[in-house]
Amino acid sequence: MMGLDFEPFLLSFKLAGLTTLILFIFAMPVAWWLSQTRCRCKPFIEAVVSLPIVLPPSVLGFYILFAFSYNSPVGAFFEDVFGIKLVFSFSGLVVASCLYSFPFMVQPLQGGFTSLDKNMLEASYVAGKSKLQTLLYVALPNVKPALLSAIIITFAHTVGEFGVVLMVGGSIPGETKVASVAIYEMVEIMDYSQAHIYSALMLLLSFVVLLAVYSFNIKHNKRIGLG
Amino acid sequence: MMMKIDISKKLYGISQDMSLDVKLEIKEGEFLAISGESGSGKTTLLRILAGLEDAQGEIIVSEKIYLDAHNSLATQARGIGFVFQDYALFANMSVEQNLLFVKKDKNLAAHLLSLTGLNTLAKRLPHSLSGGQKQRVALCRAFMSKPKLLLMDEPLSALDPKMRSQLQEDILKLHNEFATTTLMVSHDPSEIYKLASRMIVLEDGKIINDGTPKEILLKTQGSQKFSLRGELLEIKKADIIYIAVVAIGQQIVEVVLDAKEAKQFQVGQIVQVSTKAFAPSLS
Repeated sequence: MMGLDFEPFLLSFKLAGLTTLILFIFAMPVAWWLSQTRCRCKPFIEAVVSLPIVLPPSVLGFYILFAFSYNSPVGAFFEDVFGIKLVFSFSGLVVASCLYSFPFMVQPLQGGFTSLDKNMLEASYVAGKSKLQTLLYVALPNVKPALLSAIIITFAHTVGEFGVVLMVGGSIPGETKVASVAIYEMVEIMDYSQAHIYSALMLLLSFVVLLAVYSFNIKHNKRIGLG
Repeated sequence: MMMKIDISKKLYGISQDMSLDVKLEIKEGEFLAISGESGSGKTTLLRILAGLEDAQGEIIVSEKIYLDAHNSLATQARGIGFVFQDYALFANMSVEQNLLFVKKDKNLAAHLLSLTGLNTLAKRLPHSLSGGQKQRVALCRAFMSKPKLLLMDEPLSALDPKMRSQLQEDILKLHNEFATTTLMVSHDPSEIYKLASRMIVLEDGKIINDGTPKEILLKTQGSQKFSLRGELLEIKKADIIYIAVVAIGQQIVEVVLDAKEAKQFQVGQIVQVSTKAFAPSLS
């Protein structure tokens, strides 16, 4: 274990943490809006949001790579205005992960918001509370299991991504070489013992995270009288 | 005049589409019961008044325009109280927090809770309360904004009879103390009789009856001593006479008919059971 390089793991968790934080802020209003709207464009928006689930990561990665390159307006804009190079950089990985993991934050939250008692939300409006106040003080506290699921699944999914990361980030040690990419490389150079250790660590971590989520849900449901 | 309503809305019902057309004036302090079969538009009317659904027309409450051709005042700005059939309490907040969320007025909250006998439950979460207690909390919560207008959508229909009559007392107490104008959707004639000063009956989105509960609910005509509506369950022949079995509320009664009368009625029909000759006595 002594000679193990933990940098890819740290990078994976840093990437997943940042992605989760950013998505929590940006996906929440989208999930709330989708759960409340009666707009005819809803199926269209839902389909767009869910695309990353269906698309092969290579397709998504290819488009993102294309959009991030200096030849595209997006890539040029980021590099000229902010001085950020999105291709083969950590910043690019964060943006790509946000796109890739977006539905994993939106869907559990939307499901939670949709299952809330509509009258409870209306009672808040009647009491003079705005949509934002209702979201923060009534909706969110009553979807805690969905909230936790969304956060954990987004985090875990980002840790577990491979295709998009490889295409957009490549494998620059300390910059874009995350755990999944590192394992792939170990297998490629037939360093099976290292690959075993890394893979087992991934397996263990993923299991612990999921176990924690499901245990919390049971406890929470008991507390509010659903269990 | 406290309240002027003149609205219409297309409703897409289960069996047929219909149009809700309601024109109504309500005096300040009035307790109006809204009655009618399910699907007649009662709940929709209440939700339109609350701004939870849109409609065409005009709603003016105490000179404040809730709805006209150009504007619809947001629910938040209408300052009404609303009591839902399924309580709709904030599940994450204690009884007291449910009240304080509406308005941070600890004295008022304490007063309302003691008025309805809930003070010992102030720290409890809603899921640990009985149905009657939950609806009491919802009632108190609706009064936290000291609303001029209180809307209640079948507030007691999920409760057992004993609980109902206790809550009717509470409703009346609060209605009088806060001098609200109250509109309540209800199916229960005894409840309407006890609480309301006026009632309307809706059918297919139109008002078909408007008057005092006494005028509308008391079915006797002329010299009839009492008159009860019931469903004819069976007509059986006994020697030369016929016996009709009628269900009146939870009670089953038998009424003697002659052959001519027996032919007149059909099983399943709603009939009036009345008498003129005897003075009914209660025991």
